Amino acid sequence: MDLNFSPEEAAFRQEVREFLRVKLPGDISRKVLEHRRLVKDDYVRWQKILFEQGWIATGWPVEHGGTGWSPIQRYIFEEESAAAGAPRLTPFGLHMVGPVIIAFGSEAQKKQYLPRILSSEDWWCQGYSEPGSGSDLASLKTRAERQGDHYIVNGQKTWNTHGQWADMCFCLVRTSTGGKKQEGISFLLIDMHSPGITVRPIITLDGEHEVNEVWFENVKVPVQNLIGEEGRGWSYAKFLLSHERTGIAGVGNSKRELQLLKHIASQEQAGGRALIEDPLFRDRIAQVEIDLMALEITCLRVAAADRDGKAPGPEASILKIKGTEIQQELTELMMEAVGPYALPHLPMAWGDHWIGAKVGPEYAAPLAARYLNYRKTSIYGGSNEIQRNIIAQMVLGL
Amino acid sequence: MDFNLTEEQQMLKDSVDRFLDKNFTFEQRRQLLADKQAMSPPLWQGLASLGVLGIPFQDEYGGFGGSGVETMLVMEALGRSLALEPYLATVILAGGCIDLGAADWQKKILIPKIIDGSMLLAFAHSEPDARFDLGHVGTRALRDGNNFLLEGSKNLVLHGAVAEKFIVSARTSGNPGDAHGVTLFIVEADEENLGGQEYPLFDGTRALDLQLDGVKVGPESVIGTLDGAMPLIEAVADRAMAALCAEAVGLMSALHAVTVEYLKTRQQFGQPIGRFQALQHRAVDMLMALEQARSMAILAASRVDSTNVAERRKAIAAAKEMIGRAGRYVGQQAIQLHGGMGMTDELNVSHYFKRLTAIDILFGNAAYQRARFATMKDEDVTAKVTAPRKSWVKI
Repeated sequence: MDLNFSPEEAAFRQEVREFLRVKLPGDISRKVLEHRRLVKDDYVRWQKILFEQGWIATGWPVEHGGTGWSPIQRYIFEEESAAAGAPRLTPFGLHMVGPVIIAFGSEAQKKQYLPRILSSEDWWCQGYSEPGSGSDLASLKTRAERQGDHYIVNGQKTWNTHGQWADMCFCLVRTSTGGKKQEGISFLLIDMHSPGITVRPIITLDGEHEVNEVWFENVKVPVQNLIGEEGRGWSYAKFLLSHERTGIAGVGNSKRELQLLKHIASQEQAGGRALIEDPLFRDRIAQVEIDLMALEITCLRVAAADRDGKAPGPEASILKIKGTEIQQELTELMMEAVGPYALPHLPMAWGDHWIGAKVGPEYAAPLAARYLNYRKTSIYGGSNEIQRNIIAQMVLGL
Repeated sequence: MDFNLTEEQQMLKDSVDRFLDKNFTFEQRRQLLADKQAMSPPLWQGLASLGVLGIPFQDEYGGFGGSGVETMLVMEALGRSLALEPYLATVILAGGCIDLGAADWQKKILIPKIIDGSMLLAFAHSEPDARFDLGHVGTRALRDGNNFLLEGSKNLVLHGAVAEKFIVSARTSGNPGDAHGVTLFIVEADEENLGGQEYPLFDGTRALDLQLDGVKVGPESVIGTLDGAMPLIEAVADRAMAALCAEAVGLMSALHAVTVEYLKTRQQFGQPIGRFQALQHRAVDMLMALEQARSMAILAASRVDSTNVAERRKAIAAAKEMIGRAGRYVGQQAIQLHGGMGMTDELNVSHYFKRLTAIDILFGNAAYQRARFATMKDEDVTAKVTAPRKSWVKI
């Protein structure tokens, strides 16, 4: 047992840090560190830099253009990237559909889609949730009917992240209504530029346009866009959810946000002293910091077991719940730290071209919106209650 | 980064687990408690013959030369089995003072007797007004020629009544709270002018209050340097806290397992109560607390021997905080999920719960550790960020 990074791992960290120092554009990292709004070009620009370096697909096998890094190296990379203010990689292609195509796709599909995911030529989005199918995802109704060489898709998807920027969508569709509801589901890749697709923005509580409703009206999808076998989509979807265990905890980002929280609390004055010296506030920072320390070790336990080829233990299942609880607590504490200056709401000031007046300290402006936005984390990716159901069933056998 | 046990560590773990499974039952524990015995001498001898009492000591004195990880494996097993043995008092606390502070000739005399199980020791450090402050030592050691006269009170000397000798902290200079001026002494339990009162703790273990009214000790009884014992005491307390964290993980994992088992077997409304989602989610929250606590016990075991004192203290404070909080949560929920049965003395659930509650209090509870942790400086933070400047724009 050794909780220190090996000399090779430490050297790798140095290499990553040096790369980030030289190659991460300052305008992008500034936006990330200051919680300002990122646009599509910010993500794509950074991903293309990683692509050129050969570091874009950290979880893919080498033969498909992945880095072949160990899970510990991936952890280090994510931690350093977060600390430096690199944007989170857009997960839909790299972390979600990519591994599904590698595992279950045809040779033609691999050849067609994987290189374009690596180079960020295609922006992917996810077509899973529907208005009537949230936690009960298998009840989904979007239909795909076979007509010759095509499927004709009709239905409605929702909570589709960044569909307004997307070129491709991976979709769960119903190809049959008989039998168990899971058995009639297929996994389709749909070109977002196809006729019959309408993307409508959903404005969330923070005033932002991040998610969409997507309508499919007689959309023609070539049958070669079906992943694997018809009717097996549910098992591919489950595979997708089990991929990328450690990334979901967001430890690197939370460590960065914790440092920022401490910085803000040291700048803010409360009762004639810095807020960070207030015993009540300090106590709450200490608690979330200790929770995060524990989660980091838990995450490393999972990564090390993965590296050693061991089956994930019960600790792997808690990462999503604990990780999102900590993220939410950090946004809440940051909002509280700035007191009344959390109240002004100037969304245009977080954008690219705002030259108008600001209200309050610069760091205060986006904090309330961030708090509001982060309520999503315990809902998406399988709500934390669904996660608990799964753990109760799969781990505890209840 | 490696969480695997070495072959030797795995063997140690397997043999301690097997030994306790075979030789100590919950019925025996209840018997010992009824007899007001603090321990089971045959079990102690058994642990000695396994070599477990020699874990932290260097091999030149017959020890195992083990690190915090070996101690963690033993303490986790002791916790799981609800053993009452004075391992913490004799091996970790008093043994730690000797291991880290004693002169070579003292070690040669004392350590073999600890290892073969023939000598029990206790650590007499905390005092009535100290609460959790390790530095609060008011007991005085007054010079009497070459000798010292010890005057003062010590409380909560764990397993004190079975100890043959005490390691007593006393002030050779300065005032209560001063970092400098504390010295450790070995004091025989049958020394003149040494009085005491023995009592049980709510978890079934026992402790002693000591009254020192001019106890005379010679210069050879000093452990470590005169006036300079505080860093040693802190290091020993950190070892004790790391050990308690591991014991708590053993307790929590056993308690969680019996609770999940109960949810599967207890029938109400015509079905196992584990079918109810409210109870399922509670069991999952307990699992999360347990796994987070396990991570911190591993961290504590790995950092307790660190030469970087600031790093060591910070890891231990954080681990003890998490263990206290998690132990309380897991214990409370285990009682709740067992319903009325959780309230009985007959079931082991209440015994796990009480020991977890006691561990939270020992050496400072979660609230105390959180306050300590919060005032420690950031150590080696990997994620350094340049936060946006605070600036005001005039409107």
